[in-house]
Amino acid sequence: MIPELALYNYWIVIALMMVGLYTVISRGNLVKKLVGLNIFQTAVFFLYISLGFVLEGAAPILTEGVEVYSNPLPHVLILTAIVVGVATTALGLALVLRIKEAYGTVDEDQLQRMDNEA
Amino acid sequence: MSVHLQVLIVVIPLLAAPLLVLLRGATAPWALATAVSWSVLAIALWLVAEVQVHGQLSYALGGWAAPWGIEYRLDAANAMVQLLVAMVAAVVLPYARLSAGREVDPEQQPGMYAAMMLLLAGLLGISATGDAFNVFVFLEISSLSTYTLIALGRDRRALTSAFRYLIMGTIGATFFLIGVGLLYALTGTLNMADLAERLPAVASTRTAHTAAAFLVVGICLKLALFPLHLWLPNAYTYAPSAVTALVAATATKVAAYVLIRFLYTIFGIHFSFGELPLSQILMVLAVIGMLVASAVAIRQPDAKRLLAYSSIAQVGYITLGLALGSVLGLTAALLHMFNHALMKGALFMALGCIAWRVGSTRVDQLKGLGRDMPWTMAAFVVGGLSLIGVPLTVGFISKWYLILAALEQGWWVLIAAIVISSLMAVVYIWRIVEIAWFQQSESRDHTREVPLGLLLPTWLLALANLWFGIDTRLTIGIADQAARALIGSAP
Amino acid sequence: MSAGDALQWMLLIPLLGAVGIVLCDRFPNLRESVTLITAVSLFICAIGVLGDVQAGNTPLLRLAEPLPGIVLGLRAEPLGILFALLASGLWIVTSVYSIGYMRAKREQHQTRFYVCFAIALTGAMGVALASNLVTLFVFYEVLTLSTYPLVSHAGNRNAVQGARIYLGILLATSIGLLLPAIVWTWHLAGSVDFVEGGILAGKVGPVEAALLLAMFVLGVGKAAVMPVHRWLPAAMVAPTPVSALLHAVAVVKAGVFTLTKVVIYIFGTEFLASIPAERLLVYLTGFTIIAASVVALRQDNFKRMLAYSTIGQLSYIVMAALVLTPFAEIGAALHIVAHAFGKITLFFVAGAVYVAAGKTQLSQLDGIGRRMPWTMAAFTIGALSMVGVPPTAGFVSKWYMIAGAFQNDLYFVLAVLILSTALNAAYFLPIIQRAFFRPESVPPKTEHGEAPWPMVAALVTTATLTILFFVFNGPVVGLEKAIVNLP
Repeated sequence: MIPELALYNYWIVIALMMVGLYTVISRGNLVKKLVGLNIFQTAVFFLYISLGFVLEGAAPILTEGVEVYSNPLPHVLILTAIVVGVATTALGLALVLRIKEAYGTVDEDQLQRMDNEA
Repeated sequence: MSVHLQVLIVVIPLLAAPLLVLLRGATAPWALATAVSWSVLAIALWLVAEVQVHGQLSYALGGWAAPWGIEYRLDAANAMVQLLVAMVAAVVLPYARLSAGREVDPEQQPGMYAAMMLLLAGLLGISATGDAFNVFVFLEISSLSTYTLIALGRDRRALTSAFRYLIMGTIGATFFLIGVGLLYALTGTLNMADLAERLPAVASTRTAHTAAAFLVVGICLKLALFPLHLWLPNAYTYAPSAVTALVAATATKVAAYVLIRFLYTIFGIHFSFGELPLSQILMVLAVIGMLVASAVAIRQPDAKRLLAYSSIAQVGYITLGLALGSVLGLTAALLHMFNHALMKGALFMALGCIAWRVGSTRVDQLKGLGRDMPWTMAAFVVGGLSLIGVPLTVGFISKWYLILAALEQGWWVLIAAIVISSLMAVVYIWRIVEIAWFQQSESRDHTREVPLGLLLPTWLLALANLWFGIDTRLTIGIADQAARALIGSAP
Repeated sequence: MSAGDALQWMLLIPLLGAVGIVLCDRFPNLRESVTLITAVSLFICAIGVLGDVQAGNTPLLRLAEPLPGIVLGLRAEPLGILFALLASGLWIVTSVYSIGYMRAKREQHQTRFYVCFAIALTGAMGVALASNLVTLFVFYEVLTLSTYPLVSHAGNRNAVQGARIYLGILLATSIGLLLPAIVWTWHLAGSVDFVEGGILAGKVGPVEAALLLAMFVLGVGKAAVMPVHRWLPAAMVAPTPVSALLHAVAVVKAGVFTLTKVVIYIFGTEFLASIPAERLLVYLTGFTIIAASVVALRQDNFKRMLAYSTIGQLSYIVMAALVLTPFAEIGAALHIVAHAFGKITLFFVAGAVYVAAGKTQLSQLDGIGRRMPWTMAAFTIGALSMVGVPPTAGFVSKWYMIAGAFQNDLYFVLAVLILSTALNAAYFLPIIQRAFFRPESVPPKTEHGEAPWPMVAALVTTATLTILFFVFNGPVVGLEKAIVNLP
C-alpha cells in the first residue's frame, strides 16, 4: 500500500475538519454554523481516538493471555472533550433560540443588518 | 489542610456554582459568591507567600503521582496570575450587587453568580494545573461561562456577540485541543514538566511544529491578539458592566499566561524563538495590534467599546514583552498582565457606575458628568492616567520595563510603537475627560454620585493602581522571580 | 528640624495647603489666608533648606522605591534650592496678586484654582529637589497634570482648545522622548542619580550621546525649545496669575532647570564638550531665540507677545547651559532668576491692565501710562530687564553668558545674544513709548485708574526685585559657583 494511504485515518480527520470549518465560515444560518462546529470537533475526537489505537492491540480490558492493549488514555480524554462539545452545542442552541426570539431571524446577514441599523 | 489549598482555590468556586443556582432571590447568591471570592483571595495570597519562600509547589490530584495523575504545579508565574484573578473577583463581586442588580433580571441573578463562580474556577484552574489537557478543560469551563455571562446583557446585540464569541472561542479551543493531541502523540505524556523534558528529542519533527502552530493560534484567539480579536469589542460592549469588568480584567491575562507557559516552559525558548520564528511573528502582530487598535479606539462613539479596543492594544504590549524572549521582556509582560488588570478593572467599573446612573456609556452621554459624579470620574481619570503610563501609577512601571526590555535588544522600532500607542491613549482618554468636564449636557438632567456600594469597589481598584505604582516590591519581585524561573526552565 | 525633615516639608506644606484650601471652600477670606500662610511657610522652609545646603548638610530623603535600584528621593543642591526659593518666594507675591485678580474678575471655581496652584507648587518643589531623573520625571508630570485645570480654567471652547494643545504637547514630549531618554540613561549607566561630573562619561559613544542629548532637549517640552514651543502661547488662555507664576516661572523654569541639571549632573560638562554634535543643539536654541523674537515682534495680543518673549528667553538659558563653560553655567542659573523677576512683572502688568481697563491688545495701550503710572513704570523696568539694560537683573545674567561664550570662543552665541537684544528692544521699547508719550486714541468705556491694590503691590514688589537683583546678586553667584567648582 502507498505509505500515505496507510495513514488513511488522518486523511479522514483532515477532510472532516475542513468540511466543518468551511461550514462554520460559509453558512449564514446560525444553526448550520453550529452543525459545522460539531463536525469540526468530531474530527478532533477521531484524531484522539485513532491516536490511542495500537496495531494488533486489544481493547484495554485486562484479559488473560493478551500482551498488547490499545492506549485507553486518549479515549478517556476525548470523553471529556465530547462532554465539553455537547455543552457547547447546548449553549449555542440556547443562544440561537434567544436570538430568534429577539430578532425574529437566525440568518447572519440579516442579523448584521439589523445590528447596524440599531 | 494547608497542603490542599492549591486545589481548594479551584474547588471552592466550582462547588459554589451549583449551590448558587439552588438559592433564591438576589441577595443570598450574591453574599455567598462574595464570600467565596474573598476566601479565594485569601488562599491566593497565602499561596503567593508560599511560592515566594519555596519557589515551587506541587500537588498530586487524588494522590496519583505526577506523570500519570494530574499534577497541580504552582510557581511564581501562575501564583501571580491567580492572585490577579482573585483580586479582581474579590472587588467586582461586591460591586455586582448594585451594578448587575440594575442590569440583569432578578430571576437570572443566581445563575449569573453561578456562571461567575464557574468563570473563576475555570480561570484559576487554568493557572493551577500542570497538565496540558487539564488546561483545555478549564479553558472550556471559563469560556462557556463567559458566553453565558455576556449573553445576559440587556441589549439584544449581547446575544449575537455571545454567539460570535462562542463560535470563535470554540474554534480556538479546538485548535488548542488538536495541538495538545499532537503533543501527546509525539511524547506520550500530558504533564507539562514531562513534556518539557521529552520534547527536545523530537523538536525538529513536523508534528512538533504543527502542534505548536495549532496551540499558538488557539491561545491567541482567546488572548484576542490582533488579528484574532474580532470577538472582543462587541462582547465587552454589550455584556453587563460587572461582567465586562471581571472578564476584561482577567480572561485575556490568563490566556497570556497560557501562551507564556507553552512557549517558555513546555516548548522552551530555543524551540519557540529559535526553531520557529514565533518571536518575529508575535512581535509584528503585537505592534500592529497596538497601533491599529489604539487608532480605532480614538473614534469610538461608546466609551465601553473604546476601552475594549484599548484592551486589544494592551494585549499587544503583553505579547510584545513575552515575544522579546528575555528576562526583562518576560518580566514586563507579567507585570503588565497584572497592572493592566488593575487599570482596566478600574476603568470598566467606573463606566459601570456611569451606566448605573445615566443608563448609557455613549461618549456624548458623558457630558457634564465631571461635575455631577466627581468621584466616579476621578476614578476614571486615575485609571486613564495609569493606562497612559503617567508616573506613580502601575502603567508607568509596566512601560518602564517594556521600554527597558526593548532597549536591551536595541529594538528602537518597538520603543517608537510603544510610545506612539501611549500617545494615542492620551488622545482617547482625554477625549472623555474633556467631554465629562467641559461640556454641558442639554438632554440629561443633573444626576448625583453613585452609592458607596459601587463607588468603594471602584476606588479600591483605582487606589490599587496607585499603590502598586509606588510600592512595587510584591509585583516586581514576583514577576522577576517568575521570569527567571521561566527562562531558566528552558532546556 | 533635621535637614531631611525640612526636605519632606517642602513637599508636605503645599499639599497640606491644598487640603486646607479645600476645607475652607465656603469661606473665601479664610481660604485666601490659608494660601498665603502656606506660601510664606514654604518660603521659610526653603530658606531653612538653603541654610543646610550652605552648611554642606544635604542628606538624601528616600520617599519610596518604585523600581528596584531607583529610589524616589529628594536631595537639596545649589541649583535646586535656587529654583525652590524662586518659585516659593514668587508664590507669595503671586498669591497676593491672584486675590486681587480673581476677586476683581469674579472668576468661577476659585477653590479649584487655588488647590491646583498649591499642587503645582508641590510639583515644582519636587522637580527642584529631585535626587534623580525618575523622581524628577514624576514631579514633572505632576506639574503638567496639575496645571491642566488651571489652563482650562475658563472652561469655554477657546480655553479647552488651548489646554488640549498644552497637555498634548507636554505629555507627548515627556512620554515620547523624555521617558525613553531616562530609560536609556538607566540602561547605559545603571544609574539615574544626579552626580557631580555626570554619570554617562565613558559609557556611551559620541553619536549616541548626541542623540540622547537631543532627546532630552526636545523631550523636556517645558523648556519650549523650538519646535516643541507651541504649548506656551496656547497656555495663555489661562487666568493671568497662572501665566505669571507658572508660565513665566514654575513650569517653564522647571523645564530649563531640568535641562541644566541633565547637562551638569547627567552628562557632565567635560564629557559633553567632547561630543562634536552637541554644537547642533546650541544652533537650535540660537534659532529658537531669534525666531521667537521675530514672532513676538508681530504679536498684538499682550500675553501672546510675552509668551513668545518667554520662549526666546528660555532658550537663552538652555543655550547658556550648552555653552559648557563655568561662566555660562552661572549665567544660566542667574538668568533663571533674572528672567523670573522680569517676566512675572510683565505678566502682572498684563493682568492689571486687563482688570483695570479691560484691554488685551498692545495697540490699545496708547496713553495708558498716565492712568496707571505705577503699573506702567513696573512694565518699563521689566521690559528693560528683558532687553538686558542696566540697572536691571537681565543685565547681570547676560553679562555672565557673554563672558561664558568668550571662554569657549563661541561667536555664534555672541551674535545671537546681540541680535536678540536688538530684537527685544524693538518689541518692548515702542510699548513704553506708546504708553507714556502717545495720547489716548480711544477713551476707555469707564474711567479707571490703577488695578486693585493687591495687584499693584505685587507688581511693584517684583519690579523692585528686578532692580535689586542687579545690585545684590552676590549670594546667588556665590551659591552657583559651588556647582562649577569656581572659587
